[in-house]
This record gives sequence, structure tokens and C-alpha cells, in this order.
Amino acid sequence: MAAVTALRSSCRAMGRLVCIHRVRSCSSVRFGKPKYVCVLGTPLQLSQQQRLFRASAVSCGQIVQFKLSDIGEGITEVTVKEWYIKEGDSVSQFDSICEVQSDKASVTITSRYDGIIRKLHYNIDEIAYVGKPLVDIEIDASKGVSPEEDVVETPPMSHEEHTHQEIKGHKTLATPAVRRLAMENNIKLSEVVGTGKDNRILKEDILNYLAKQTGAILPPSPKAEIIPPSPKSETMPAAAKDKARKIPIPVPRPIVFSGKDKTEPITGFHKAMVKTMSAALKIPHFGYCDEIDLTHLVQLREELKPLAQSRGVKLSFMPFFIKAASLGLLQYPILNASLDESCQNVTYKASHNIGVAMDTEQGLIVPNVKNVQVCSVFEIASELNRLQSLGSAGQLGTNDLSGGTFTLSNIGTIGGTYAKPVILPPEVAIGALGKIQILPRFNGKGEVFKAQIMNVSWSADHRIIDGATMARFSNLWKSYLENPASMLLDLK
Amino acid sequence: MVLQSSLKSCLQLSCILRTPKAGFRSTTSGGLIIQSVSDDVYQNLAVEDWIHDHMNLENRQVLFLWRNSPAVVIGRHQNPWQECNLRLLRQKDIKLARRRSGGGTVYHDLGNINLTFFTTRKKYERMENLKLVVKALKALRPQLDVHVTDRYDILLNRQYKISGTAAKLGRTTAYHHCTLLCKADKLVLSSVLKSPYKGLKSNATPSVPASVKNLLEEDPTLTCEMLLDAIAEEYAAQHQIDHHVTFINPTDETLLPGINNKAKELQTWEWVYGKTPKFSLSTCFNMVYKGSVLDVKVAMDVKHGRIEVCNIDLPEQWLPPALCNELVKSLTGSKFCPSETTTLVTTLLRVCPQDDELHSKWNLLCENMIMLM
Repeated sequence: MAAVTALRSSCRAMGRLVCIHRVRSCSSVRFGKPKYVCVLGTPLQLSQQQRLFRASAVSCGQIVQFKLSDIGEGITEVTVKEWYIKEGDSVSQFDSICEVQSDKASVTITSRYDGIIRKLHYNIDEIAYVGKPLVDIEIDASKGVSPEEDVVETPPMSHEEHTHQEIKGHKTLATPAVRRLAMENNIKLSEVVGTGKDNRILKEDILNYLAKQTGAILPPSPKAEIIPPSPKSETMPAAAKDKARKIPIPVPRPIVFSGKDKTEPITGFHKAMVKTMSAALKIPHFGYCDEIDLTHLVQLREELKPLAQSRGVKLSFMPFFIKAASLGLLQYPILNASLDESCQNVTYKASHNIGVAMDTEQGLIVPNVKNVQVCSVFEIASELNRLQSLGSAGQLGTNDLSGGTFTLSNIGTIGGTYAKPVILPPEVAIGALGKIQILPRFNGKGEVFKAQIMNVSWSADHRIIDGATMARFSNLWKSYLENPASMLLDLK
Repeated sequence: MVLQSSLKSCLQLSCILRTPKAGFRSTTSGGLIIQSVSDDVYQNLAVEDWIHDHMNLENRQVLFLWRNSPAVVIGRHQNPWQECNLRLLRQKDIKLARRRSGGGTVYHDLGNINLTFFTTRKKYERMENLKLVVKALKALRPQLDVHVTDRYDILLNRQYKISGTAAKLGRTTAYHHCTLLCKADKLVLSSVLKSPYKGLKSNATPSVPASVKNLLEEDPTLTCEMLLDAIAEEYAAQHQIDHHVTFINPTDETLLPGINNKAKELQTWEWVYGKTPKFSLSTCFNMVYKGSVLDVKVAMDVKHGRIEVCNIDLPEQWLPPALCNELVKSLTGSKFCPSETTTLVTTLLRVCPQDDELHSKWNLLCENMIMLM
């Protein structure tokens, strides 16, 4: 009822019509509800409505012009460079409002009040004047903050004061909604531990404080005792203290989760990927998987690594995989082909430009090694080194990233065994290589030996490639890798 | 006892630095001199941020000394495309950083020293700080002709700029930092600070170019260490504290909680490039294709580092219009960034008609577009 009285008296001051308009607009802004409860003099029935009404009346505050304060060094004008808020945003005291610049100094202007931004007096790049209004803020009338108050530093306090208040210049930070919640529950904000930015007190902190007070949820644990809600324990009712020591029955607590969904537009490279993958979906994929015994290759690489190093090249397994693939493509050129849009013609590509999928900060990129059919394993290794260093620096050129005809994806460096790779148009086949694992296998004599096993998963375009072709290609590729010496016979 | 985290972190720093733990009401400790052990520009800028956000400077001012490995540092409201040769930076692996203070673009390397003076907002006074530096230099080498201009530069022999200044003011604290050229690589400096990008229009703060000189050229007996020492000594004298420099490691989370996140934020694309004030690009270039020269006009609006509006004017029918539209549509909303654009255009190529001539035209056009970034 006090609220209604307040409203009535303010109406007398401002005139009824004006007041009604204010309540209406306030409730729609603050609570997003178009309904308004203002028919003056009508008794309000629902307590919920009453609360709404009271809050509306209280929040219809005055519009305060926040003036640009002194920058120092006798500066009278600055340029507005960036706004951190826009009209209609609610701000708390100490929130950043804008960034202004004057003669090599960049100044962050923070809000003096809690409230809602009603007007920005300048656009970006305009000159703002010290002492003139910067923004209009609608503040909570109940606060009674005088516009002239300087909030920069508070005077030092005596020893006996709460440690909390020794932090000079930091008033207890909380939004108007949080202050109201605390007020309604008779909580002193100075007694609550703030967990938000700048030690701001959030709604969750009030709820946690409440929970601790009533001993409702937390079973007595060492942690709970470390930070008691208030050092002024004499104010805490003795009954509540006893309650906290008994083992409580868990009461369902309102789960406060303040995370918000975040929606971002898909732009640039990701947009292009969406297009490509949607096109890939149109290709009827079939898969074929196998395991390769790389025991011999592992040994060979160990022998060749120092030689490559002496020539300044880091030798991994990929150059062998790539060269073996190219040798296989010579026998099965359909896997290095491309189907046209209308599916009328197949083009057998002469160059084996084998793409190597790379994981970078941007995501998946696929640079390719050109003309593998005429490259030695060493040359492939050296080219891979070049592509990898450019890739990690984000400096790959358009030529490196286009013109691929066949792709290998070494997902095994990250992990995994079998995969289901998606063909990258306009290609017709792709292979995903799993990680090398040491597994027990039987040899020709029936003995168990330690084998270095890697899995390969091929996907191919079933419109022009059949399972048998894929299987034979894979077998050939496998034979080259399981017995590297056989590569020597067919190397060109 | 309820401890606010800012109080906690101040206490930690003072605990480890073993300064008199008399609390914040002490008037005996008037200053603190710290020096970074790192030469990573992002880590060092993060230290400035940390001190600005977390330290109470009521009774204690701070001097922070730091040096960086080669980096270009642009001011808060500047446009990196207008200020430096980004292509050259990428090639030479020189870092690009955007600081939080205003002012112009500078080149840092280990031959340049940086000084940051932290005070409360009320005690912010740049001229005093620069006079301190000049006093220190003159105490070290009385014959040096150095003085402070009204633009807050320090000039050598009335001619050459040896120091540039910038400042950041927050709610309660402020800092003023400046450079000091000792033996920086002037050749690299002048080549990286020259922008090759044409047709840019923006309201970003422009840098004022100046002739520079190293102090070492004037007096070869000087070293960076001597300069740092002289300035620390003068600061200690003026603040009536011990000439004691405390070394700090900008990656130490226990000393500076939250510092690594600050350093990470300074390296993000959104901060370095995304904070560029809105600008427009209007330029043209020639392409040579199969013996004929083609004129291409490009107009773009870039906001937050992303292409808001894009227009490409090509000779008619050189590329199928559908393809042109596809390029323009994909570029819109994309980062104004060469690597992003390269991956974008090559990925788009996968869903274009597979025609060698078309592909080479596409690549030619896109390469030229990428050169603009």
C-alpha cells in the first residue's frame, strides 16, 4: 500500500496522465510485459502484480545527464571512438560506457550510475566536450543519487570497519535487480561475496548466501565453513546456526544457471565449407576399409630419417603413403578422375595432385602436392614441409589449395582407427588413415609377433567407381607399403 | 574474513615482492620499479593491463620497464592496413599488436626500451614523466641534447625523435608509456611502417611520421641496460625509494592471476584486426590474362575487420556473372584477411564448373583481391 501512496503523491506532483504513461512505459521496458497495472486507486489483488506495480513506480526514475568528467592536463575536448553500450541498454555503476581519445591518450569512461541508457549525445568520431552531457541515463529514483556526486574515491575507514570496505573506491557492485532481491530478503550487500566481474554481486551470490543462511542444501563440509557469509556472526540468528550443523534433508534448490545461448552467423570460409559439403552429399559414397602392416616401413623410415634431416627435410610417413597412392593411381586412373556436373563425362586427370588434409586454426584446409607421379619420395617430403609451415602460418597461396585430384587425410595423428571420410568435390575418392598401433599378429609360421598396424578407410564415388576397383587399388597400395622394396620396381 | 580478489592479488604481488606489508594506508612506500623478463609483446602488454585493472595505486606509483622482440604496435583506434606493411610483417614473422592506449604506430625490437608510468587518475601527468626521462639521460650523458616537445615526444639534437608517448586512462588508474630508441633496426623500422595499401578511407587515428635516430648513434658507449638503469635510478630518487628493480615473469599466474588470459585476448584476431574503426576501400588494379590487360575496380566497406559491403567491377562476361555474384556473396561477412579469403575462394572453386580456363581466371582475380588485404 505504501507504494500506491507514493504513486498517488507523485501523481499529484506530476499530473495523472503523465504518471500513467510513465508506469506503462516502465513496465513494458523493464519486464517486457505490455500489460500495465495502473488504474489509479484500484486495489491490487495479486501480490505478484503488486510487486510489479511497486517496482515499476520505483524504477520510473529521473533522467540524469551524465556529463563528461575532467580528463586532466587541461584537456577540454575529446573524440568519441567507440561506444560500448547503445540506447536502451541497462548499465551498472562502473560499467564501461565508451572510449574517447585525446592527444594520444585513450580514456575509458565508466558509468556513474545504475540505470538505463536513454540517449547518446555523440556519434563515433564526433568531438565531445568536457563538462557537457555525454549520455542520458534513467536512474532508479529510490537510490537518491545526486547527479553532482563524485564517486571516484571514498575516504579511508577506521580499523574496526569491515575489511570489505577497506577497498577504497570500490562500492559494492550490484545491478538494481540484485539490490532489490537483497533488500527484499533483508541481506546486507556488504556481507555477500561477489563472484561476478570486478567482484560484482550476482543474483546467484544472493541465492547462495540465502541457502547458506537457512542451512537448506549444503551438508556440513569443510569448504562450507571457510567462507561464512558474515563475520558479524552475532547478527545471525542462533537457530540458523544450529540448523547448519545438523545434517539437512536436501531441498530442491532453484538451479541458477546464467549461461546464455550464443548465435553467430556463418561467414567466410565456413560458409564455403557448407556449400562444399552439401555438394559432397550428392555423391553416392561407398566405403572400403583395411589394415596395413607397416612394420617394414617403420624400420625403413628410421633408416632414412637422418639422411633426409641432413638435407634439411623432416621425413614423416606421409611421403610414402602419397607416393604409393600415386603408383596405385597409375594402375587405376579412374580414381584420379572427375565427373562433370551433368554426369555425362568422366575426365581422367593426368596429374596426380594429391591433397593432404591439414588441421589449422581456421579449420580443415587441404593443400596438395602437385604432380606426385614425377616426384621422388624426398621431393614429396620437402614439398610437404613447405606446405605445412605455410599452413600453420596461415600463408598458403591459392595455387597450393586448388587443383587437387585425390586426397589423403591423416586423421591418425590426432587419433582414431577407422573413419568415414567425405569426398571433396570435384574428386571421386578419398582415404582416411588411422593411427599406427602396435598389435599382436600371426606370421607365416604361425608365431605371434609385434606388428605396427594402421587402418585405412577409403570412400569413393559409386557412380563411376565400383567396389572391386577400390579393393584392388587398396591392395596394391597396401602391398607397396607392407613391402617398401617392391616400390622400387615400379618407381618412375 | 571476506577478501575481494583484487585485494588478494595486490597482497600476493606485494608478498612476493617483499615490500613493507603495511597495508594500503602506508605512506612510506611511494613507488615500485618492475622489469619484465619476457620479450613477448603480448605478455608485456598484458602486464600493463593487469596492473591497470588490479593494482591499487593510491599510495604507490609503479614504473614498468620492458623490451620486445620485433613487433609493430598500433594504437587503440588505428587501422593496421593504413599504418604498416602487413605483407612484410607476415613474411618477416614480425608480430602485430594493438595496445589499449591511444596514439600512433611504433616499431619495437630489442634495441628499443619501453617505460610505463602507473599512477592514479588524479596523478596522471605525462610531462613530469618525460622530464624524468630527460633528467635521467642527462645525468648519464650530460652532453646529450635531448628535450621534450609539447607533443610529448623526446627529440635528440632538436631534430630526431627518440621517444613517442601514449596513455590510457581508466576509472581510477592511468598509465603513460613511452618508447626510447637505443639501437633499434632503423631499416626494418622504416620498411614496415610504410603502408602499401591504397584507396583506404577511415577516421582511424593516423600516425605522424618522424625522422628517428638511435641514442647509440649519438653515443656508441651507451647500451639499453645503461639507459634502463639510469631511468630506474632517477625514478627511485624522485619517489624516495630504493633503487631496486624487481624482475617479474609475465606468465606467472600465481603472481598475476588471470594474466595469461589477458595475453591471449591481445593476440586474438578480433582484438588486433577486429577493433579497427570502420573503413572503406576503393581501388583498382590491372590483371594480365592471355596477353590482354584487364581493369578491375574494387570497393569494400570493412567494419570490425569484416567485409560489410563488397563490389567488384569486372570487364563484362570475363567471368560468368553467377560466379562473380557467388564470390561477392561469400566475401560479404567474411574477415578482411588474406588467409581466410584464400581458403574461402579455393573451397568455393570445388563447386564451380570444372573448367581449366575458368579456374585460372578465378585464381588470378582472387590472388589480386587477396593482395589488397
